[in-house]
Amino acid sequence: MKEKAEGGNQKAEITPHASPVQPLYQLEGIKQVYNGRSVLEIDELTIHSGEILALVGPSGVGKSTLLRLLNFLEPPTEGTVTFRGHPFDGKQEMPLTNRRRVTTVFQRPFLLNRSVEANVKYGLKLRGQRDGKLQVEQALKQVGLLDLAEQKAKTLSGGEAQRVALARAIVIQPEVLLLDEPTANLDPANVALIEEIIRSLNQQQATTMVLVTHNIFQAKRLAHRVAFLLEGKIVETAVTEQFFTSPQDPRTAAFVGGEMVY
Amino acid sequence: MLLGLARFFGRQIAVALTYTGMGFPPVVIGLVVYLLLSRNGILGQANLPFIPQLFTPGAMIFAQSIIAVPLVAGFTMAAVLAVDAQLIQQIRSLGATPWQTAVTVLSEARVGVIIAVVAAFGRIIAEVGAVMLVGGNIEGRTRVLTTAIVLETGKGNFDLAIALGIILLSMAFVVNFVMLRLQGKNEG
Repeated sequence: MKEKAEGGNQKAEITPHASPVQPLYQLEGIKQVYNGRSVLEIDELTIHSGEILALVGPSGVGKSTLLRLLNFLEPPTEGTVTFRGHPFDGKQEMPLTNRRRVTTVFQRPFLLNRSVEANVKYGLKLRGQRDGKLQVEQALKQVGLLDLAEQKAKTLSGGEAQRVALARAIVIQPEVLLLDEPTANLDPANVALIEEIIRSLNQQQATTMVLVTHNIFQAKRLAHRVAFLLEGKIVETAVTEQFFTSPQDPRTAAFVGGEMVY
Repeated sequence: MLLGLARFFGRQIAVALTYTGMGFPPVVIGLVVYLLLSRNGILGQANLPFIPQLFTPGAMIFAQSIIAVPLVAGFTMAAVLAVDAQLIQQIRSLGATPWQTAVTVLSEARVGVIIAVVAAFGRIIAEVGAVMLVGGNIEGRTRVLTTAIVLETGKGNFDLAIALGIILLSMAFVVNFVMLRLQGKNEG
């Protein structure tokens, strides 16, 4: 009940500046081809500033590919990703300042072979910031790992490592945080912790988030809008409540209802 | 480094050349450098200020560098290739420029890089043929421990040769020991 009320508030908050302001991301005619095989085809998708958009669907439908495009890690084969008015396609690079507004937390933490503190500080160092001790401490406090700052990243447990990865992402105060199955391998306690951090980050800093998950309950708990992908295409995008209560596409209904759609 | 990270046209040829270079007989490199630097050689004729003359320490350093480079390059490449591609993606996603990415990957591969340096050092310090050819084994100028050992053994001064050998061995040991300490500290 409480979650529902919260979700309602957030939605009311984002709708006013969603339509008049230019969307944060605008994807048009996207097609991604690997070795002659098309893995992603998106005619159109907009992502608004301050929202949490969940991408759901079975594995291998192009969710992670879409995230890589949104992080400008690889250019689309066809089409354009426009971010804050800058086009990103095969020919045009995204300027570094814009690239640095976006970061991803992947399914695995991918920590550097350094101390926890050095890992969290890494993003700040890349941006030429020499002493960010306070910010690092704050980020570690936020994920509840301040007392492990001196430890080697190698020695952490899976849940701790993923929380460090999250701290490393939030320390740079990204405008957009992309989350690729961030809790897929974790125990319920860590999942709850991470979801809480994601929620508060979105509410307090208005961080835009795109969350890839195949756990539809997580999408329901966190997202303002949900997009359902199947075989590289977006089947349906809807406001979370509508997505779950009155899906427009029968395939969405089948997926939400827990039936297989393959 | 570049060979490990980038995919470019001719990379396979470059890799094949590197591997060949790793096993190349030093004497042959010495011969080639000798011919290049000699008065009738291409580089010798050019007479450019930064090109060393034959029978000088500079010429020996030149030959030794050619011997060492493929070794360092080959081992470094292997170490860099062993760094997880997804980790590199993560580094880029945190906002690293291509240069920053390269530096971070090298730092992640540091154990391999140190091994590369140790191996190259080992090959160079033990090297006789090339340095004798291009250096000329001139007393007080281009005579080094290895060439001195060859000379003294030839003259029958086994005591001196053995002493020099022990000095060479201890030097190699000390350097390697320091390197290993460095590696151990970083690896933790």
